[in-house]
This record gives sequence, C-alpha cells and structure tokens, in this order.
Amino acid sequence: MLIGMFHEAWSAMGANRMRSLLTMLGMVIGVGAVVLMMAIGQGAQYAVEESINAMGSNLFIVLSGGTNTGGVRSGSGNAPSLTAADADAIRELPGVAAASPSQQGSAQLVHGALNWNTSVIGAVPDYLEVRSWPLASGDPFTASDLRSATRVALIGQTAAENLFADEVPVGKTLRIGQAPYQILGVLARKGQSLDGRDQDDVLIVPLTTAQRKLFGTPFQGSVRSIMVKAERPEIMPQVEIAINDLLRQRHRMREAQENDFSVRNLTAVADSAAETTRVMSLLLGAIASVSLLVGGIGIMNIMLVSVTERTREIGIRMAIGARERDVLTQFLLEAIIISVVGCLIGLALGVGGAALINILTDTPVVISGSTVLVAFSVAAATGVFFGFYPARKAARLDPIEALRYQ
Amino acid sequence: MTILPIPAPVIEILGLYKDYQTPVGPFPVLKEVNLIIHAGEFVAIMGPSGSGKSTFMNILGCLDRPTSGAYVLEGQDVAQMDKDATARLRGQALGFVFQGFNLLPRMSLEDNVALPLVYCGIPKEERRRHARTLLAKVGLEDYAASLPNRISGGQQHRVAIARALVNTPRLILADEPTGNLDSHTSEEIMQLFSALNREGITIVLVTHEPDIALHAERQVRFLDGRIVHDAPTHASTHHFAASGTVC
Repeated sequence: MLIGMFHEAWSAMGANRMRSLLTMLGMVIGVGAVVLMMAIGQGAQYAVEESINAMGSNLFIVLSGGTNTGGVRSGSGNAPSLTAADADAIRELPGVAAASPSQQGSAQLVHGALNWNTSVIGAVPDYLEVRSWPLASGDPFTASDLRSATRVALIGQTAAENLFADEVPVGKTLRIGQAPYQILGVLARKGQSLDGRDQDDVLIVPLTTAQRKLFGTPFQGSVRSIMVKAERPEIMPQVEIAINDLLRQRHRMREAQENDFSVRNLTAVADSAAETTRVMSLLLGAIASVSLLVGGIGIMNIMLVSVTERTREIGIRMAIGARERDVLTQFLLEAIIISVVGCLIGLALGVGGAALINILTDTPVVISGSTVLVAFSVAAATGVFFGFYPARKAARLDPIEALRYQ
Repeated sequence: MTILPIPAPVIEILGLYKDYQTPVGPFPVLKEVNLIIHAGEFVAIMGPSGSGKSTFMNILGCLDRPTSGAYVLEGQDVAQMDKDATARLRGQALGFVFQGFNLLPRMSLEDNVALPLVYCGIPKEERRRHARTLLAKVGLEDYAASLPNRISGGQQHRVAIARALVNTPRLILADEPTGNLDSHTSEEIMQLFSALNREGITIVLVTHEPDIALHAERQVRFLDGRIVHDAPTHASTHHFAASGTVC
C-alpha cells in the first residue's frame, strides 16, 4: 500500500518536474550550507584541539621571577631563583604526573656536509612525558645520562630531515662546535605550535649537558622554567596551590614577600581558544539552519499551491476510493521525497564544497557522522513538519467540492 | 425483454431528504425520495436542471450524505458509515463514470484505469494486467501508454468506463454519460452500458436526453426534488414520443 502511495507521489512530482526541482533547491542550499559551515567550524575546532594536544595537556609552567636591580626590572625568568632540585621536589607532590626543568638555547648542528641551526632544549627524562611527546624511534636518555652530563641527544623530525636527509639518525653522531653528540632517538612529529613555531625543529639534550657543556650558566643548577604536568585536568587548581606553597617554603619566603617565581596554567589559555572556536562553529551552524528553515517554508508554500492546483485530482482520487489517509500519505510523501532528495544532494554539495575548500585553501575541515545525521534527520523532519499542513488540507477536502473545482 | 424480480435490492432509499445550507437558511433539494433498485436493473434518471438528480447521484455514489432518511446499499446503511467505510464502498462496490470523465491528465490511460486498484492495495503488476484487460474490453488496448488529451472524447469516455469497471463493481453510476458526445459516439457508449448490464451489472445513469434513456429498462423522473415518474421504459416511450424527442 505504501509502495503504491510512494509511486503515486513520485509520478505526481515527475509531472511537475521544474517546480519539484526548484522546491528541492531550497532544501539543497539549506542542507549544503549547514554541512559546509559545520565542516569548517569543526575543522577550526579540530585544529585548535590538535595544537593543544601537541603542546601537552594539563600543563603548568613555573617561571623564575624577574630581577630588580636599583628599580630596573627584568622580565620573568631572569632571576636565578628556580633550580633543578625544585623540579625534583615538585615531581613528588601528589597529583603531579611529571615535572621537568628546561633550559633553552640555539646551536649550529653539523653532520657531515650538512649543517642546520635549531633550538636546543636542555631537559630531564620527564620532559617527554610532560610534553606528551613520544619517540618515533630509538630510546630516550636516562637519569644516568643526566647525572654524568653525557653528550647524547634526541632530535626532532624537522632538524633530522635537514641534517640527516635520507639517513637514519639513530646511532649517528652530530657536532655542536667541536663536541660530538650521539643521537639516541628521533622524536615523533608534533607539528606547529599555537603561535606557528615548528615544534619539530628541535634538539633535546640532558639539562646538565646543556648547562655545563653547551650554554654554560652563571648559577650552576638554576633553571629558567619548570614544566609540570598534572595527572587530571580537574585537580589542576589544587596542584597549582601545592606548587605555590612548596616553592615558597623551599625558597624560604616570608609571609608578605612577593613570589620569586610565577605559576602559569597553559591549558586554560588553550581551553578558551577551543571554546571560542566551538562557539564560532555553533554560530555558523545556527546561521545555516536559518536557510534550512527557509527551505522548509518553501516546501510548505509549494505544497499548498500544489494542493490548490490539484483539488480536482484529489476529488477524483477520493471518488474512486481514496481514503483521507491515502491522500494525506501521498502529499506527505511528496514533501518528504522532496526534502530527503534535496537533503542528499545538499549533503553531497556540502561535502564536496568542504573538500574543495580544504584543497584550495588548506583550511582544515571535519565532516562528522553526527553532522550528517543531524542534517539528514532535520531535513526529513522539515519535510514532515512543513508537508503536514498542506497534506492535511488536501485530505480534509470534501470530495464533491473538490470534483466541482475548476 | 422482461425484468425478473430479484429479492435482494441493491439500493434502498427511504424517506430521503437533502437540504443545502444557504445564508438564508436550509434549501431543500431532495424531498421525501423513495426508490428501490434491484440487482441487474438498468435505470435512467431524468429530469430538468435543478430537479435534484445530480445531488441524488452524489448520494447514491456515497460522495454526499442525506440530511435525513435512509440509504441502504447492498444491505449496509450508508448514513451510519464513517468516511473510511464510504471510501471503501466507492473504491470496491461502486464504479462512477463522471460527467467530465475526470481522468487524471498527467497519467497514462493504463495508470488512470488502474488508479482505483492502488487504493485496494493491489500489487503493481496485477493492476497493470487488469487495466490492460479492461482497456481491451472497451477497445482501447493500443492506447494504454497515451495521455488522456491525446484521444477523442468518446475514447476518453470509454477509458472512464474502464476505470469504473476495474474493481469489478456490482453497481455502476454514470452522470450524463453522453453529455458532449455526437449521436454516433453516444450510441456506442450506450451499447457498452447495455452489454455490461447483460453481464449482470446494475447500472444507474443520469441523462436529460430521452433517446439515451430509451436504452434503459426503467426510467425515473425527478422534478423539484421529488420522483414524479417511475416506470419501465416501454411504457414511457410513448409519453416522450408524444412530447417530442427534440432536445
């Protein structure tokens, strides 16, 4: 029975092809716009989340304070107030997963005929966990490397490509100045940071090696910053307080004295960026939904015209045995076919458009199953909702009145 | 030709009234109509415009309801039925041949003929087969795929009859079946009705042309909403011959 009605609805639409297509166009544009906007919005969200993940999550950064020499204040990180021992103490706090001091500089790396300038980070073995940064190959350096300040290094992908070209870096030796450094491992690719820096253009050496043999430091053991990773995002406020208390105690600070360090929460910054893009993608979706609504009203409009125009046909159908519900079903099916077919075309155009934007402008786009599902069910619901009133109007017609209609 | 009295009437109409609501109050169209039609009869309903015969046909066809009185169709009281039940009657017990044929213009003749079967839930292949059989019966099997506007009025009429026959109804109602047709085509159509009647189908048709009514076995005349004449055709032939057959 339903198949019969489907056929009736389909052939009625075929009889008015141009009008059905134009009505469908409203739906096509609506769904296409929703899918495209959601794809771009979610793509932006994805990009932000990616860079947050690349940076490492649940992160604090503890910076040493500035100096104040006769009223001239230096920026944070210039006073030699933080030490590697502070990092070791922080690591013992409850709720802290890992902590690593780091010392950063840059150096000219040489391997065979190639050379490359890159940033060098002096760190402890914990650093890789803090940054959520696995190795692509090889092994990390160990605590004993740190103790004896051996000349070993982990190399980032970009630096490795520029220095070793097609060679396998692990086990090879590079030079910084005249000193040889053995490559223990290659870091996994991490991509761009939020500020657009290439995080893979890096060399990581033991902190002690960096301080004693590479950069040198006036205060042995002091570091500019310590990165701390909390176990879970929820406990970050408690961990922040604990770090504060611990460091004040270790630095023997008096009650009213200002901190000689500062603790910053990196995740909060990243979260607000993610929130911003989420709101943006929601907004885009909302604007696009308006066109979906307009498309739905277009369907209702055309269906109403169609019911009026086909009053006589409805009368004939009723006179030869169509029940109210048969007429209702037929017109409802017409509306649903228009919106579902329109939706499918819209989906195809939206996905195609998103892919095109991705290829042409390199903007990240994400098409999630839920977007497709939502767009599809909204379209079907639109068909039912806006098709129902005209269909009911048709079904309620009096057969005699309808037959007399010219 | 003799009419054999058949005990079970197809149509029983008792004390039927129909009023139309107008701004100045109800306007009576049918007043105290009583009529019994037995299975296998061929009845012509006649009368001038405004005599209520079309309204009467709409009620017979279960398209309209009487204001009061009883209409019993094959033992079922139509006045007591809900809309779905009357729709089922229209689709299965009755075949209606409309004045303007009322074919759906954008459908092939075959689909037009098969349309009533859609509402009986008959599968497509069977509908098609049945529709072709009936088109053959009215001599139009070669036009199955044509659209209604590609054929003549007489052919359209035969299609409308085929459609009325498609669900093997026991009763066929025809409203002015020869309205706009030339006398030759009218004759053909009436031959078709007579043939169907010989197969045992009850036929009720409305006409204002006396020579058309001659094909029926019984003539019923309406005037001002009442039946004023009800007699076998051979008895009334003389009456019309006397009043002149020019129409």
